[in-house]
Amino acid sequence: MTRARARGFPLAVLLTAALVASGCGAGTRTEGTTLTVLAAASLTESFREMGERFERAHPDVEVRFNFQGSALLAERIRQGAGGDVFASADRAMMNRVVRAGAVAERPRTFATNRLTVVVPPSNPAGVRALSDLAAEDVSVVVCAPRVPCGAATERVETVSGVRLNPVSEENDVKDVLHKVEVGEADAGLVYVTDAEAAGDKVRTVDFPASERVTNEYPLATLEAAEHPDTAEAFVEFVRGDRGRRILREYGFGTP
Amino acid sequence: MSSVLRPRRRKGAERPVGTPLPLWLPAGGALALILLPVLGLFARVDPARLPALLTSPAALSALRLSLRTAVLATGVSVLLGGPLAVVLARSRIPGKRLLRGAVLLPLVLPPVVGGLALLYLLGRTGPVGAVLEQWFGLTVPYTTTAVVLAQTFVAMPFLVVSLEGALRAAGTEHERMAATLGAGPWLTFRRVTLPMVLPALVSGLVLTFARALGEFGATITFAGSLRGTTRTLPLAVYTEAQADVDAAVAMSLLLVAIALLVIVVARPRAVG
Amino acid sequence: MEAGPSTGEGLSAEVRLRRPGFELDVTCAVRPGEVLAVLGPNGAGKSTLLGTLTGSVLPEHGRVALDGRVWLDTRRGVDLPTHRRRVGLLAQRPTLFPHLSVLENVAFGPRAGGDRARRARAIAREWLDRLDVAELAGRAPARLSGGQAQRVALARALAADPEVLLLDEPLSALDVDTAPAMRGLLHRVLGAQRTPCVLVTHDVLDAVVLADRVLVLDGGGVVERGETGRVLARPRTSFTARIAGLNLVRGTAVAEGVEVDGVTVRGGTAEPVEPGEPAAAVFAPSAVAVHRAAPEGSPRNVVEVRLLGLEPRGDTVRLRAETEAGDEAVPLTAEVTPAAVAELALKPGDRVFFAVKATEVAVHPLSVG
Repeated sequence: MTRARARGFPLAVLLTAALVASGCGAGTRTEGTTLTVLAAASLTESFREMGERFERAHPDVEVRFNFQGSALLAERIRQGAGGDVFASADRAMMNRVVRAGAVAERPRTFATNRLTVVVPPSNPAGVRALSDLAAEDVSVVVCAPRVPCGAATERVETVSGVRLNPVSEENDVKDVLHKVEVGEADAGLVYVTDAEAAGDKVRTVDFPASERVTNEYPLATLEAAEHPDTAEAFVEFVRGDRGRRILREYGFGTP
Repeated sequence: MSSVLRPRRRKGAERPVGTPLPLWLPAGGALALILLPVLGLFARVDPARLPALLTSPAALSALRLSLRTAVLATGVSVLLGGPLAVVLARSRIPGKRLLRGAVLLPLVLPPVVGGLALLYLLGRTGPVGAVLEQWFGLTVPYTTTAVVLAQTFVAMPFLVVSLEGALRAAGTEHERMAATLGAGPWLTFRRVTLPMVLPALVSGLVLTFARALGEFGATITFAGSLRGTTRTLPLAVYTEAQADVDAAVAMSLLLVAIALLVIVVARPRAVG
Repeated sequence: MEAGPSTGEGLSAEVRLRRPGFELDVTCAVRPGEVLAVLGPNGAGKSTLLGTLTGSVLPEHGRVALDGRVWLDTRRGVDLPTHRRRVGLLAQRPTLFPHLSVLENVAFGPRAGGDRARRARAIAREWLDRLDVAELAGRAPARLSGGQAQRVALARALAADPEVLLLDEPLSALDVDTAPAMRGLLHRVLGAQRTPCVLVTHDVLDAVVLADRVLVLDGGGVVERGETGRVLARPRTSFTARIAGLNLVRGTAVAEGVEVDGVTVRGGTAEPVEPGEPAAAVFAPSAVAVHRAAPEGSPRNVVEVRLLGLEPRGDTVRLRAETEAGDEAVPLTAEVTPAAVAELALKPGDRVFFAVKATEVAVHPLSVG
């Protein structure tokens, strides 16, 4: 009897602890407003700063981000996962959300981005131009065609006439960047903003065709927004002077 | 894996011990948690599109690659993990408890971490990968070999654990007896040890294969994702989910079907 | 009295080993065809001694040799692995290989010894036949009774053609109904064996029936050793007396019981025994009734004895006595109540009659060394 009780004890403690922990998590910010922003992975650094600045201007608001591939975010919104603001890395993904009727107002473009070639600092394959990436012995990593940066990559191929022969098609631009950073790929195609954020962990090889293939980043308040006013304020903040300045700092173009 | 050693109930055997009523509700909840999401997959897919989606080049290529790599990973797991299980169960080596814990690492680590670890070891800049590349001109990442390695890393512990458990449960009595009958260690292993743990070995194989088939995190991190070379079914599901959810669900159903086939058909045989 | 380990024929062993709270120091020698019973309580070191012989235990100091060939010599660093020692082991549990049929189990030894499958099976069939279990050849071990499994295990041990036979409590896991039959079978088989045999047991009856000589272990050392009948009939240590306990009358088997110096002790046979064979009549001291005058009627055995001593034992009194008739005095004991002692006014030196019912007497075959 005592033994059974002694064994049951830790489990009970664990359960109680779990309940208390989850309860705490839900109850911390009952007074203030929590804004949930679903943003493309390529916006990670810029929007973190955006969030801090916005919170400073609105002390009663806490901004929570969910950075993921735009496609995954779009699918989650379509499945009714909730959220206040969606910032997509291209119009195609935003359009899916719009078609599902999940957007409160017409999406507005707030930034542009373009692709660049990144290579490890030592540039082991000696890449000097986009055309070097077509060589057999250069291992190139790109985004999968299904995701915005991959769609952009396909357009770059069309515009430049360079046929890439990637060793891997990643689902996320950050995965492409990581493989180049650690030297597991000779080159990769990422957004200039990601190359910027990586600092001197990669070297950038710009190419002319890049200018002709730009991604437009739209953002919109969602239909399911719990705090539509705060959401609208955030959208305005991003599109306003301070937002544009931050975006440009991180390498984005602004309309 | 003591369930492996449980005798089959025969007709006329005593009735089972009564199950306390308070256990039935959570038990039902557990089943629901496992089964309902899988059933939800079926509800999500458009039956009219299903045949086309299942036979799409992307799906077929991923299926072929998945089956091939999972079989290879299971084979590597047996060749390396089987002997490891025997060593862990039978030999007296220092730090065995620590080793036994280390074998469980891939089970508790997030597979992505495993993938990163493999990448940093066998990647072009890794200590082993650099040697392979410089001396033999071999590159492991982005190859089907990398997929097999990632799957083996994650799935092999299932084989080691189930086999080692069976070996320890079986004890050494029969082996000692075989020695008195003149059988040397190798003969004893082949004719006594191995046949006695065969059921556990088979169920370990099934689990290993199933785990290898479902491997995602380590594969995508270490091997990358390219159709026909490294994009196995789980990776294909993830990639398709970015654009065509129906295609992703169809491929998921394919995975579910294979897993069910493996578990339902192979496992009872292993146990019986 | 046997000598220490010798370099001559048979098995010789010398084992010294020290573990926390345990010490073992034994020497023994077993001639070809001889059965040595190792008796002793749990923890006396019996299994350790056996383990040293099979090779599963490595003592600090030890030497084991068979017919002059050395299996173990810690001083010279010789330690043959078990599979090269050719020991036949019958343990408490049969430990049959569950995945092999009875026939394949018995054929295992010959196959390990290098025989081809067909020849190994022939040998196996022969042994199953000799042990009267030929009809079990096709069975799975899981479908054998305890007694059947132990017979198969014995067949398996013998089929491997061992040079030494080791029996480790071979009957202790069997129930009271199957043990006598197995004991009888062992008696028959060991009588025909020409290998040295060591029998570890805690049951004195096993030693009586199967062993030519006994070695009594207690607390890791040999407290007594010698010919079975002598050691058990005249125990020199209290420990041996305690385990011996029973009355043991040795003679020749006849139809009704055992004949000793022309007198027949009537009893029922426990194991199969042929008339003319050496046999022992065994009965408990508590089965003995004591009379001043020779009692009449009912089929009982009566013998006149001289009382040697009276020993109080809790609420009974143990009477030590000796027969007077015959060439050799036979020691007997009886256990009676203090009231009976008072009523009969018993004292040492008295001549009284011991009576025991035939149904209380078990006739066992005796080992012929």
